[in-house]
Amino acid sequence: MIEMNIICAKKLCLYYRDFQALKDIDLDVPAREITALIGPSGCGKSTFLRTLNRMNDLIQGVKITGEVTYHGENIYAGQVDVTALRKSIGMVFQKPNPFPMSIYDNVAYGPKLHDNLSKAELNDLVERSLRGAALWDEVKDRLKKSALSLSGGQQQRLCIARALSVSPDVLLMDEPTSALDPASTMKIEELMGHLKQDYTVVIVTHNMQQAARISDRTAFFLTGDLVESGKTDEIFSMPKDKRTEDYITGRFG
Amino acid sequence: MKNGRLPLKRRAYSGFLMGLIGLSAAIAVGLIVGLIGYVFYRGLGHISWEFLSTARSALRGTIGILPNILFTLFLIITTLAIVLPIGIGAAIYLNEYATSRRLVRIIEFATETLAGIPSIIYALVGVLLFIQGLGLRVSILAGALTLSILSLPTIVRTTQEALRTVPVSYREGAFALGATKWYMIRTIILPSSLDGIVTGVILAVGRMVGESAALLFTAGTGYFLVTNYFEALHASGGTLSVMLFVYATEHGNFDVSFAIASILIFIVLLLNFGVKLVKRKLRRI
Repeated sequence: MIEMNIICAKKLCLYYRDFQALKDIDLDVPAREITALIGPSGCGKSTFLRTLNRMNDLIQGVKITGEVTYHGENIYAGQVDVTALRKSIGMVFQKPNPFPMSIYDNVAYGPKLHDNLSKAELNDLVERSLRGAALWDEVKDRLKKSALSLSGGQQQRLCIARALSVSPDVLLMDEPTSALDPASTMKIEELMGHLKQDYTVVIVTHNMQQAARISDRTAFFLTGDLVESGKTDEIFSMPKDKRTEDYITGRFG
Repeated sequence: MKNGRLPLKRRAYSGFLMGLIGLSAAIAVGLIVGLIGYVFYRGLGHISWEFLSTARSALRGTIGILPNILFTLFLIITTLAIVLPIGIGAAIYLNEYATSRRLVRIIEFATETLAGIPSIIYALVGVLLFIQGLGLRVSILAGALTLSILSLPTIVRTTQEALRTVPVSYREGAFALGATKWYMIRTIILPSSLDGIVTGVILAVGRMVGESAALLFTAGTGYFLVTNYFEALHASGGTLSVMLFVYATEHGNFDVSFAIASILIFIVLLLNFGVKLVKRKLRRI
């Protein structure tokens, strides 16, 4: 049986010291779909995304209550192996952040970390990951070149390849195209359409057209509240909440 | 303005200021060039192969600095062996692991203060702690321990600066792939801050080469040839800088002092070229 919701947040609250950044968030993320998180700056959408692979652990003074389940298990329970969790739930960041090493080594970084692969297996995995991120044809002749020599859009696809290299289940994308030009953005959006056949994608985006174009489901955040969530076409055609309507029609944000 | 020119008064004023700035620059550069030139002028003539390759002989009345070159080398190696693990380890801890911002700030303030303390105070500490306290002889080992304390703050500071240049996004990228903290430090942070760390170490070596006050009473002024490193550790040994001072003050032999000074300047020059080379070679790809 295929389980419907791969990630579920229940009564999730997050505090930065005294400031409450997320208020009682209940949200289910269905498998093999693209879920878009939208909302104005500072609404908590990125913060929420980072609770899903516990990246907020890195920030001092963060306190979390409620729970996030992944395949039914609470990832904030005591005995969870964060390393294994982050292997299953990969992340792509707003600014492309390839490591200062070769293209090949960037993609091989994760596999080397988790598995002991032979050179041939590793080569194969690097190729598959780069193909998965639609970058292989552009870089296959210069795998040993510095990743920093790539264009912004290529760097971001390299970061996607890097995330794919450890065979995750879920990909979290934090405004992955906001630092890119329109052509690169289009390529990545197209890529996401392919990715959802194999992966569950949660994407934070500033760009409502992007959410409408690529996502199956949309969740609208406002000042730490999850205002409304549902199928993207319903949210965009007949939002139930006045605030959602105001936001998607461009009245604020 | 009609013809695009400044009024005479303002042009005169700006010309006057330009003159002053030029004069300051000329004085600064002139002093340095003059100093180095004078040292070389007085010293280079007294450097010979015999001077570099023999020990001082009272019988023959010849002076050679080979033992002191070796002592300097041994002292630096020993000091680095002590101070690098501690200093780099401390910097990694302070930057990557320490959770109390307050404690880190206090330690950073302390290291900054320590870095500015005159080295003669470290000599005092060295004598009290290592020679009177631990009962070590005046030796390369005692000198190296003293020099380790002296250079520790600098190594910690420069390593911290280097670690700080590594963008947060690299750390996040590694964590997001499931890297543990130590793995991330080993594979991302250290390689990409290596040029900064090595630069800091080379500059610290430069200071060690030039140090005299802290070593005079801890490492001593020995001039007998000891080629075995482990024997040298327990022998009194004057480094080049210390011997420069000794020859000038005790023997009144300024020729030798200037010769040593020329060699020291040359070493420091080499080290600075080394820094430039490291910066170019180890630049992140």
